[in-house]
Amino acid sequence: MSAFHTPSDERSVSEAVRAAKAAGLPLEISGGTSRAGLGCPVQAEATLSTRGLDGIELYEPGALCLVVKAGTPLKTVEEVLGAENQRLPFEPMDHRALFGAPDAEPTIGGIVACGVSGPRRIQAGACRDSLIGVRFVNGSGEVVKNGGRVMKNVTGYDLVKLMCGSYGTLGVLTELSFKLVPQPEDEATICVAGLGDATAVEALSAALASPFDVSGAAHVPGDADGDSTRTLIRVEGFAASVAYRADRLRELLGAFGESAIMGADDSRAIWRAVRDCEFFCASDRAVWRISVRPSHGPEVVASLKDAVDAAAYYDWGGGLVWLAVADEGDAGAAAIRAATARFGGHATLVRAASATRLRVDVFEPEPAAIAGLTRGIKSSFDPAGILNPGRMGH
Amino acid sequence: MQMPEPKASVLASRDALIARLRSVVAGEGVIASPQELLAYECDALTAYRQPPLAVVLPETTEEVSQVLRICHDMGVPVVPRGSGTSLAGGALPTADSVIVGVSRMTRTLDIDYADRTIRVQTGITNLSVTKTVESEGFFYAPDPSSQLACAIAGNIAMNSGGAHCLKYGVTTNNLLGVRMVLMNGDVIDIGGGHLEPSGYDLLGLICGSEGQLGICTEATLRILRAPEGARPILMGFDSNEIAGACVADIIRAGVIPVALEFMDKPAIKVCEAHAGAGYPLDVEAMLIIEVEGSETEIRDQLEKIKAIAANHNPSTIRESASAEESALIWLGRKSAFGAMGRIADYLCMDGTIPTGELPFVLQRMGEMSAEYGLDVANIFHAGDGNLHPLILFDANKPGDLEKAEEFGGDILKLCVEVGGCLTGEHGVGVEKRDLMDHQFDPVDLEQQMAVKDVFDPRWLLNPAKVFPLSASARRLEAAA
Repeated sequence: MSAFHTPSDERSVSEAVRAAKAAGLPLEISGGTSRAGLGCPVQAEATLSTRGLDGIELYEPGALCLVVKAGTPLKTVEEVLGAENQRLPFEPMDHRALFGAPDAEPTIGGIVACGVSGPRRIQAGACRDSLIGVRFVNGSGEVVKNGGRVMKNVTGYDLVKLMCGSYGTLGVLTELSFKLVPQPEDEATICVAGLGDATAVEALSAALASPFDVSGAAHVPGDADGDSTRTLIRVEGFAASVAYRADRLRELLGAFGESAIMGADDSRAIWRAVRDCEFFCASDRAVWRISVRPSHGPEVVASLKDAVDAAAYYDWGGGLVWLAVADEGDAGAAAIRAATARFGGHATLVRAASATRLRVDVFEPEPAAIAGLTRGIKSSFDPAGILNPGRMGH
Repeated sequence: MQMPEPKASVLASRDALIARLRSVVAGEGVIASPQELLAYECDALTAYRQPPLAVVLPETTEEVSQVLRICHDMGVPVVPRGSGTSLAGGALPTADSVIVGVSRMTRTLDIDYADRTIRVQTGITNLSVTKTVESEGFFYAPDPSSQLACAIAGNIAMNSGGAHCLKYGVTTNNLLGVRMVLMNGDVIDIGGGHLEPSGYDLLGLICGSEGQLGICTEATLRILRAPEGARPILMGFDSNEIAGACVADIIRAGVIPVALEFMDKPAIKVCEAHAGAGYPLDVEAMLIIEVEGSETEIRDQLEKIKAIAANHNPSTIRESASAEESALIWLGRKSAFGAMGRIADYLCMDGTIPTGELPFVLQRMGEMSAEYGLDVANIFHAGDGNLHPLILFDANKPGDLEKAEEFGGDILKLCVEVGGCLTGEHGVGVEKRDLMDHQFDPVDLEQQMAVKDVFDPRWLLNPAKVFPLSASARRLEAAA
């Protein structure tokens, strides 16, 4: 019977970690469990959940600043910010549909631990760019703080960035501070139908290189099999400005074909689909996420054609490739990693059966010098190796 | 400023060291004559001076690697240097150190407009990056006041900001990749043209680590398409408090200007005398607010801002009517430090506060100013809380510098007390090193120092910066 700790304050987190270290027992760190499938499976005797750390510590709309306990549901955060017409800038993906976990409750800590961002990353930055402060309990049970609640801060090393996306392997996050943005009054999406991948990415690139402040740039499959592809470009802001920029972008993209404008409701729906990988949710195929130079996206996908039967769509102007392949053998790992070796960038296996995730490297293997730094950093935060051992594959 | 005792063994091996450095970097790339070394005895924090043992100016990453390997072999501390514009003493040498400068590494390696990136050697100046891409309508967003002179290497080391970071972020938000040389000479590549890190976010860790983890020789930077237009508006208010409330209301209304600058009365007076920008002299506080976009978008945003400001009874509102007028408005602001330098010696502080604390902090600062008998003028990136108090003193008056430093320290402690931090964009360097334990507990500093242990186990890179000497002493002894 494995133990399950749900400490209700930071001090209890610290005590639980100290006890685990003293006993030499690894801990699986968990939040709302909606992203439990990310990374490599963890072998641990006990689980430490942050769900007891729940609540907004400070919210100052006039300073665009939020401080929140790590176990707070994203839902709560969005409600509180929404009441002041503000939001988190980075549009975090909701993994529940992809992992078939509709009852899980995503927490803000899980988003930070997994470094989750969405389509707006190209304009508003990633989770790590909005995160301005952390408190965490390291593997020795010490409570450490870094950053703070002000958005401009270069005091000491930036451990905030390091904690974001470290999957709970460096510390148990207890409190997080964010920089916020206002919710836009309006949004619209320009949609060009029927473009091939390479042309689509050229169109996205032209839009992103325009002065019209594009906040989403994706190329996705049609609604049903046989429907033509859709190349999507989003603008957000005050209504008059959205209308103006959407018009100018349509002119700019005229050379690529006819375009239509999607109003706010349709726009929100399609970007939710892009964000949450809805195109691949229904199948049971393995899903990869490949981060490359935007113009290389279509080349990476084309280079895989002979080796694997893959379906692909593109976000971040072509720089983020979502790929679905059959979940068998290495799930395409050898071919995909050959492509990232050739074109630069890296690939992460997002969804696959546990057996597959144990068989292949979920994260891109690191060169020796970087792997040495990674090991050093891990042991400087967690000398006994008790926090989420193996989650990042090392 | 207390600096560690120079290592006698290093001083004694000076000639052998220089001979080895010359075997790697030819000709004028190794500087060792006492006279020439004086040019490197300080950075823009000129109050502290110490010539190094030698200066090396390599031209390639490979040379940097070999130089660091030699210094590592011989146990010689290394001080990385960009253009030497640090206001925090980030490039202050020690007597037993070798400066490794990137000033001869200024090539642009690749420009990719389709992917909106540029790869450069890090000795290139910040402004040169924008100059390189502006013919195609692009720019590099972080714009520190020293952008004409400061190098990208230093921007990365200090995670530099600027007046426009409210919208575009600081260096760390615009840096995509680096090639970095570790103290043992290993060369590593982190990031590149893609957006997401793989594994731990080492790029985020390196940016702002003040040259203590490695020397970045190449960088991939994000470039952005410039907006169609931009225009500032000036507004004067009857009190600091009212101006602060106006800033909060603008932000709450969902308008995020590209720049939101605050000046108090003493700052307005000095800048206006210098630049003749038409700043109102009868107000207590002034805001410069800049918005971007098409003509219509600019007009719409300015109307919204003016409507909000009207609730705070501004005594002056002046919208720039021409490009010349806009330039003049910014000239006043950007030449603030120069203007101040003409009337007095000054220390430029750099704390950040939660924006709501502005009235209280300015009031307390006024009281402290009276207590210390030193004037202070305030320039403030009001949207993000980054405060630049300029403390005026007389360097020729014995004890005045020390008094100004003490006053500066008290201001920074005040910033921390109200929930802010010691430095928003200049870095800790030597200047704020000994104040770090006001912001951090020992365990916080220990965790940061443990990271340095990983990259530079012998603590040779940029010694005596960032951490209080008492905190790092144990490590230096262990490494000796």
